[in-house]
Amino acid sequence: MRVIGARLLQLAFVLWAVATILFLIFRLMPGNPLAAYIDPTFTEAQQLELMARFGLDRPLWQQYFIYLWNLLQGDLGESFFYREPVGERVLALLPNTLILTFSSLIVAYAFGILVGAWLAWSRGGLGERAAIPLVLTTRALPEFWLGMLLLAVFSFWLGWLPAGGTRSPGASFDGYLDLYTSADFLSHLLLPALTLAIYSQGLPLLLMRSNMLEVMDEDFVTMARIKGLSRWSVVVRHAARNALLPVMTSFAIAVGYQIQGNVVVETVFSWPGLGRELVNAVSASDYPLAQGAFLMIAVVVVLMNLLADLLYGLLDPRISLA
Amino acid sequence: MPEAALPIRRPWLGRVAGRLRLPTGDPFAVTGLAIYAVFVLVALLAPAIATHDPTEILFTEGYDLAADLRPGEEGFVLGTTSLGRDIFSQLVMGSRSALLIGVTAAVVVAVIGTLVGLVAGYFGGLVDAVLMRLADVAFGIPFLPFVIVLAAFLEPSIWNVVLAMALVLWRDTARVIRSQVLSLRTRAYVEAARVTGSSDLKIVFRHIAPGVLPLSFLYGSIAIGWAILTEASISFLGFGDPETISWGTMLQDAYASQALSRGAFYWFVPPGLCIILVVVAGFFISRGYEEILFPKLKG
Repeated sequence: MRVIGARLLQLAFVLWAVATILFLIFRLMPGNPLAAYIDPTFTEAQQLELMARFGLDRPLWQQYFIYLWNLLQGDLGESFFYREPVGERVLALLPNTLILTFSSLIVAYAFGILVGAWLAWSRGGLGERAAIPLVLTTRALPEFWLGMLLLAVFSFWLGWLPAGGTRSPGASFDGYLDLYTSADFLSHLLLPALTLAIYSQGLPLLLMRSNMLEVMDEDFVTMARIKGLSRWSVVVRHAARNALLPVMTSFAIAVGYQIQGNVVVETVFSWPGLGRELVNAVSASDYPLAQGAFLMIAVVVVLMNLLADLLYGLLDPRISLA
Repeated sequence: MPEAALPIRRPWLGRVAGRLRLPTGDPFAVTGLAIYAVFVLVALLAPAIATHDPTEILFTEGYDLAADLRPGEEGFVLGTTSLGRDIFSQLVMGSRSALLIGVTAAVVVAVIGTLVGLVAGYFGGLVDAVLMRLADVAFGIPFLPFVIVLAAFLEPSIWNVVLAMALVLWRDTARVIRSQVLSLRTRAYVEAARVTGSSDLKIVFRHIAPGVLPLSFLYGSIAIGWAILTEASISFLGFGDPETISWGTMLQDAYASQALSRGAFYWFVPPGLCIILVVVAGFFISRGYEEILFPKLKG
């Protein structure tokens, strides 16, 4: 319990530090410091209201505390472009990003774990020798370029899949469940998710392989072998189950990691998620929205780091967190 | 795992150099080094290799704009862009910005990470606590979004990527070096140096630093790839320096000019392949290093 308490404290500290860094970047930028919250096209009354809400007429340190206080209440300001609260907008986009992230990672992990285990099984074989450089190459791919390639081939050339967005124009759905399970949505999801999956499978694959190789040297595996169990039973029931734990832990880290990489892939496929919103907001100088999207991504990253830490200790009691 | 890295008999330079001189030693490392050699050579000789000025808008012999020509047409090796620029020349000149960013970023990340790791690991206590909390914060910063925000507020420049990496990506190197220092610091020879009155500075740089340098090189060679990938992403998103020709700006140009829907593979495939080659070369070399450092992993 004390360990978890300490970790939560650390989490709060990191989030505070990230929020502070963001405050400094957005306030110390060249130009009008008010620009971070007030768009010149807002009406007089709106401008005054925002000035008061974020204390923009006060000294910087007071603004800082007002900023933190508003943040604690989930108030991220008003988007210049959409004229609506940033918090609502960012929360509305979060599901799209999470769906993309999790669907691609689940595919990547299923593939990576199976192939990684198989490579460890057939260690030294021809397949393994060819697979390792291939996997390293997928780790070296610029994700957006892979997306461009898939888009050019499957959408434009073959015409099999839609080129971007989450749904066809004119399609309407009754509620989210209906939307997310529709063939239309899934066909839009396929290419961006595949892009991210191809890039992400390398981590679980290489991890699974090296863990398997390590576990297969351990005493309990030797014991199972001596007992005369079949090779399948030794590798799958004894070795793979134990090699799996660290790989599952890395899933949390991969989520945090992926959510940063989503920025480019969402842009290539015009996928309305947090990453694309960040890019658009920064390009359009919609500072409150950019700040909100950044913070939301940072929250996911920090939470996933914490989860990975905790899982690590939970799944393998030999590791102490202290 | 770091335990395996400890028995260091020869000086690291001799060890690494000895490794590099053996072409049959590690096929991965050799392949990686060969790719790097070609890459550096092309970057150095780029003006001689390029057939045209990469920024010049070109015309055909019939005085038409040389736009969207396919490879080989009118003597353009890889064809031309929608604005009539030579793709091959852009590709060749793009290697220069990639080399520049890659090498600087690698040096910056390796130097900062190593220094932080050395200081935190050796001095421990409050210094260590402060530096490691800083690393925690750096781990909490989403890297690519951070580069985007930074690039938006600074002048467009390829150095934004290097700056962002210096501010954030030292964290991985620092943590690994620190844990290595923690175990090196208790070695008998370090103890001996301390007892004979060596200064902290001397112990850190003469006795401990050589033991962690291969790790710095390992992380440096990975950082080369990261820098090139990041620059490409940032340029693709439109936050790069429009004046600089890089593989990232080429891809952005292609994407924005509908090269995808027109099936102009000759335009956007080569820059991607170049990025992959250079980044994967870094991975191959670092794999070679890993096998020197962690022989247990050798498969």
